[in-house]
Amino acid sequence: MEIMENLGVLLALLGAVLAALVAGIGSAVGVGMSGEAAAGVVTEDPTLFSKVLVLQLLPGTQGIYGLLIGFVTLTQIGIMGGSSEISIIKGLLYLVACLPMAFVGYKSAIRQARASVASIGLVAKRPDQFGKAMIFPAMVETYAILALLISILAIFGIQGLPV
Amino acid sequence: MAKNDYTYAVARIRAREGKLLSASFLEQLVSAPDCDSCIRLLREKGWGDKDGEAPFELLSKERERLWELMEELVGDLSVFNVFLYGNDYHNLKAAIKETCMDVHLPGIYISHGTVDPEVIQTAVSKKLFSELPSTMQTPARTAYETLLTTHDGQLCDVILDRAALTAVYQAGKDSGNEFLALYGELTVAAADIKIAYRALRTGKEPDFLTQALVPCDSLDLPSLIEASGKGRKGLSEYLKTTAYGKGTDALDVSCSAFERWCDNLLIQRIRPQLHVPFGLGPLAAYILARENEIKSVRIILSGKINHLPEESLRERVRETYV
Repeated sequence: MEIMENLGVLLALLGAVLAALVAGIGSAVGVGMSGEAAAGVVTEDPTLFSKVLVLQLLPGTQGIYGLLIGFVTLTQIGIMGGSSEISIIKGLLYLVACLPMAFVGYKSAIRQARASVASIGLVAKRPDQFGKAMIFPAMVETYAILALLISILAIFGIQGLPV
Repeated sequence: MAKNDYTYAVARIRAREGKLLSASFLEQLVSAPDCDSCIRLLREKGWGDKDGEAPFELLSKERERLWELMEELVGDLSVFNVFLYGNDYHNLKAAIKETCMDVHLPGIYISHGTVDPEVIQTAVSKKLFSELPSTMQTPARTAYETLLTTHDGQLCDVILDRAALTAVYQAGKDSGNEFLALYGELTVAAADIKIAYRALRTGKEPDFLTQALVPCDSLDLPSLIEASGKGRKGLSEYLKTTAYGKGTDALDVSCSAFERWCDNLLIQRIRPQLHVPFGLGPLAAYILARENEIKSVRIILSGKINHLPEESLRERVRETYV
């Protein structure tokens, strides 16, 4: 039963893939949504390009965090090189460790995009309020960072566990 | 993302909202010495597109621009049918009167209805009412025959106005959009109150009101008809029991003051859309805001042409959206 022998690494890989995939989908949707709003504003006032571009990119960070978690997990489980002998329990633990980034990344990217769209509207009307407009969507980032932190701590912590 | 989020369109509208006329600019227009000065100020704001444009041509141009923008943003204008039906029935009224009186009056048709004005004109002149949309056929035939047999223009107007209001109300309900439904409701309620007030002043029978009024959620028609029969005080007392109680002061002044109050009420009710980043609401609110400012500018320009005092213009100018 080759699958059973490699189930540990399979579960860990599933975690890495979920972190990159789900958070990446969230960011793609979010950046697309805020991009639509940014394009609308630039159609009317091309001088606002640089300001709305920053706001458009904010929901893109979750995808990067997902990629980071995926990359770290792949390194830990030996897929990027070294030994890939992972017990089923450890594999399951890696999978669970990746979930905060996957789910929080997805949801926070979409909610951040909605806040970005609202802020793009604010900048369209009052370009001088760009600094304040940045803060509203940036607040959502806090929760993506918290998820990133917990996923990273968990992934590094699993390595030393005697399971 | 849902198709009806209109993210791109709302962002464009957000950028344009800053260019809407403010209350202080309207005050500047009111204080301008003459119509030419008003036109100059409007040109500085980007209104009109060529020098020497007649004042009302400039307003039509702005309306054209508004609807061209909306067509560009939403593609299919049928989502705004609630605003367009009024134009259809105006054109139908014009076509019926033109045909029955056997005259040709240039410039009486308005664009941006749901039906091409030419189709309406042809259908009425050839009496081919079946070429009109199904909801317009019966009122068109009835109004045409009424005008032809009785020569009563007012009765013809009552039939078509009622049909127009019913269409607007139904379109608001059918849109599934809370904001458009509110517009339909307010339009019909305001029209019903104005009809009841005019009927009271001209001593019309309750039968007339039964024929002219259109049912809506915020008014109880039997009570409104009964109140109208009791005179101005009776009407005010009834209105105080409805959502339009605050309008009774304006109604005591004149029908046009009440009309202004209704327009201002609509603007107040649409103002929250300024902070909504998605959906059809902000677009619809922008249409109303533009139509409202065009109406205010029309009032000011007409006043300047007819040398009305500034104070009288101030009383008529509508509240602004921004």
